[in-house]
Amino acid sequence: MKLSRRDFFGAAGVGAAGVVALGAGGLAVGRAATTDEGTTTADAVEFHGDHQAGVVTPAQDRLHFVAFDVITDDRDQLVRLLQAWTDAARRMTRGQDAGPVGAVAGNEYAPPDDTGEAMGLPPAGLTLTIGFGPTLFRTADGTDRFGIADRQPAELVELPAFAGDELRPEISGGDLCIQACADDPQVAVHAVRNLARIGQGLVGVRWSQLGFGRTSSTSSDQTTPRNLFGFKDGTDNLKAQQPATLDRFVWVSGTGSWMDGGSYLVSRRIRMLVEVWDRQNLRDQQQTIGRTKGSGAPLGRTAEFDPVDFTAQVDGEPAVPPTSHVFLAHPTNSGTAILRRGYSFVDGSDGLGRLDAGLFFLCYQSDPATGFVQVQRNLRTDKLNEYVQHTSSAVFACPPGVTDEDDWWGSGLFG
Amino acid sequence: MRARRTTLVAAGAAALALLAACGGGTSAGSGDTEASDDITVAATDTTCDVSTGDLDAGTHQFTVTNSGSSVTEFYVYAEGDRIMGEVENIAPGVARSLVVELPAGDYQTACKPGMVGDGIRNALTVTGESQQLSDDEQLQAAVTDYTRYVGSQVTALQEQTQAFVDAVKAGDVAQAQALYPVARTYYERIEPVAESFGDLDPKIDARENDVEEGDTWTGFHVLERDLWSTGDLSQSGPVADQLMTDVDDLATQVQTLDLQPLALANGALELLDEIAASKVTGEEERYSHTDLWDFQANLDGSQAAVTSLRPAIAAADPDLATALDSAFAATQAELAQFAAGDGFVLYTALTPEQVQGLSDSLNALAAQVSQVPAAIAG
Ligand code: HEM
Repeated sequence: MKLSRRDFFGAAGVGAAGVVALGAGGLAVGRAATTDEGTTTADAVEFHGDHQAGVVTPAQDRLHFVAFDVITDDRDQLVRLLQAWTDAARRMTRGQDAGPVGAVAGNEYAPPDDTGEAMGLPPAGLTLTIGFGPTLFRTADGTDRFGIADRQPAELVELPAFAGDELRPEISGGDLCIQACADDPQVAVHAVRNLARIGQGLVGVRWSQLGFGRTSSTSSDQTTPRNLFGFKDGTDNLKAQQPATLDRFVWVSGTGSWMDGGSYLVSRRIRMLVEVWDRQNLRDQQQTIGRTKGSGAPLGRTAEFDPVDFTAQVDGEPAVPPTSHVFLAHPTNSGTAILRRGYSFVDGSDGLGRLDAGLFFLCYQSDPATGFVQVQRNLRTDKLNEYVQHTSSAVFACPPGVTDEDDWWGSGLFG
Repeated sequence: MRARRTTLVAAGAAALALLAACGGGTSAGSGDTEASDDITVAATDTTCDVSTGDLDAGTHQFTVTNSGSSVTEFYVYAEGDRIMGEVENIAPGVARSLVVELPAGDYQTACKPGMVGDGIRNALTVTGESQQLSDDEQLQAAVTDYTRYVGSQVTALQEQTQAFVDAVKAGDVAQAQALYPVARTYYERIEPVAESFGDLDPKIDARENDVEEGDTWTGFHVLERDLWSTGDLSQSGPVADQLMTDVDDLATQVQTLDLQPLALANGALELLDEIAASKVTGEEERYSHTDLWDFQANLDGSQAAVTSLRPAIAAADPDLATALDSAFAATQAELAQFAAGDGFVLYTALTPEQVQGLSDSLNALAAQVSQVPAAIAG
C-alpha cells in the first residue's frame, strides 16, 4: 500500500480546460531565455565539432557520470535511441529543454518531454560525451547483438587486472556511458536523468557516479584544484594548449576507422582512505605525492609549474622519492602521457565511521594499453597505494564529434 | 484537437447498473440483451473444449463446467487480450455461466486451470454485422468493461478472503499460507480502486512501517507476519474477522464506483508504479516473500485497464496499441520464467540479475503505458 500521488478518481472535469493548452510546443523556449541572471549562450560549450566536447574542454566543476546496459537486442531501436539522445544532448548543451515541447508547454495528460529541474538555469558549460563499451560489440558470452562485432577496435578490450584491485562488478563496465560535466551540479544531473528517461525500456542504468569537484585542469587558463588529500591535482596534466601532444596521446588518428577523431576513456572509482591519510605527517604526505602540499611545487623546486627534476638531491637522497606518485606517473618514468579529467566524490559513509570518499578518476588516451594501463602498471610500487583502493573500472571508445545538425552519436559506427 | 469533456465524466448509470447485475462471478459484456444460445465449455486441468468456434454477432451465454482438480477461470479475449468477459474462481465440480456481447471479430477463449498463465486457448470467430463505435462510445465501453472487471475481482476477493480467514481461524497454518497469495491477487489487481476509498487500503494492506505510532495495524500483512514469522495464530482471529469486514466494506463501496476513462489510464500506470516501488524490490511481502504473485496481479490489473481502453488507443495511435501489446507480453514472459506450480518461486530465490531483468522490462512497459492518458485525452 502506498499513498497515491495520483487522484485515481479525481480526474473528472479536468477534461477540456487542460487539454486546450496542448500543441504550444513550437515555441521551444530555451531555458537560458528564462533565467534570472540574464545568462546568454556565452557559457554554452559548442556541441558540434571534430572531437566530442568534454575532453579538452576546460574541466567544469561538477560531474554526473552514468554507465548504461542496453536492454534491447534490436539494432534499429538502438540507432533511433542514439539519434534521439543526440538531439536531446544538442538541445541541453545549448541550455534548452531536452525535448522540443519542454517541461511545461505540453499535453497535460502526457509526461513532459523535459523533467523540469533545470528550468531557469543557464547552460552552465554543460558537455555530454558518449562512449561505447566492449560489451556493446560482444556480450560477455560472445554474442554480436547489433552486428558490429567486426567493428570493435582492437584497442577496446577489458582492462587487465591490477595488483590491489577491489573492483565491484555491479559498478564496473557498461555497454554505453555518458559523461556529463557542468559548472552547476543540477544541470549535469538533469542532463543524465533526461537521457536515461528517453532511453527507458531500451537501456537501463548500470551504475552512476556524482563528482562534486574537479581534480584536474585541462587548460592552462584554469587554476589547479585540490583533491581530497589536499594536494593540487592537474598541475602536470595534458592541456588544451598543447595540440601536438594531444594529437599524439589523446586523439585517435590514422586508423581509417570510425574511431578517427575519437578517444578512449578509462574510468576508475578510487576510494581514498582519508582518515588514514589524515594521520600521516606532512613530510610523509609530501614524500608520497612527490610535490609540496602548499604550492604544489615538485620537491626540490620552488614554484608549482617548475619542471620536475629527478636528479635533484636533498641530504644525499633523491628530492622526489622513486616511490612517489609523481615520480612513477611522470612521462619520464612511465614512458607515456594521459589526459586526466577526474572528480572528487563523497558517497556517504562506510558503516565503519569513515567517509566513503575518493577520486572518480577519468582519463582519455589514444590507446588504453599505452595510456592508462601502462601508467597504472608503473604505479605498482607507488606509496600512494597504501591509501587508495580501486573499486570500479570501465573502458569506453568515445567516437569523434558530432559534426552538424544531421549527424548523430555513433553515425560512423552504425551508419 | 477534439474536446472530450463529456467523455471524461462518468459513464454513470449504465456502468452502475451493470455492476449490480454481475454478482456471483457471472458477468455480462454489455447491454441487457438476452442470450439466444448456450455454448458449453468443458474444462479440465489440461483441456478446454468449447462447443463451437463460430458465432454470429450478438449476445451469447457460455456455461463452463470444471471437471478438473484445480480451480479454473474462463475468458473471452478480443485482440490484444482485451477481456470481453470472464468468470473467475470456478471450483472443481462447479458450473458457472457467462453472458457476453460479441461484435463481429476474431476472439480467443481461454480456460486457466490453476488461475495462472496464458491458459488453454481456442479461436473464436464472430461474423455478422459489426458496428463501429464512436470515440465517445469507445471510451464509455472501456469504462463499462473495466467496471465489470473490478466487480468480478471484488467478488473473487470476497470469496478467497473468506477461505483464507476461515483457515486462519481454524489455526491451519499450511492452508492459510497457501491461500494468502491467492486472496491477495484479487486485491492487488484492483489496488488503485481500493486506494480511492479513503482508509480502506491502509486497513487492508498496510505494512508494519506504514502504520503511525498509536494506530492499530490491521489487514493482510499482520496475518502474513503471524503465518510466516511467529507461526502463532492463537491471537489472529480478531484481525482475520476485521479483514473480512473491511473487504466486504470494499465490495459495498465498489458499487458506487464512478470511473473516468482517464482514471483507467492512470490506474494502469499506477499499478506498474506499485510493482516498481515495492514488488520488484521484495518489500511488499517481507515475511512470505510471495512478491511475484503481487507482481503478476498488478500486471494483470494494469493490462485489464489498458485492454479496456485498447480500441480507443488503437483509434488514436495504432503504433502505441501494438507497442503496448508487445510490452505487456514481454513483461509477462519475463515474469513467467519464475512460475512454479500454481504460483511463483519466492522473491528470495531470485538472483540480482533476474531482479534486474524484471525491472528492465517493467520500465520498458511503464514508458509505453505513460503515453496512454495523452492518447485517449487527445
Ligand atoms: C586517488 C588516487 C590519486 C591521487 C590522489 C592522485 C594525485 C595526484 C597528484 C597530487 C598529482 C600531482 C599533480 C599533477 O601533476 O597533476 C598527480 C599526478 C599524476 N597522476 Fe595521479 N593521483 C591518483 C591516481 C592516479 C592514477 C590511477 C593515475 C594513472 C594510472 C595517475 C596518474 C597521474 C599522472 C600521469 C600524473 C602527472 C605526473 C607528472 O607528469 O608529473 N594518478 N596525481
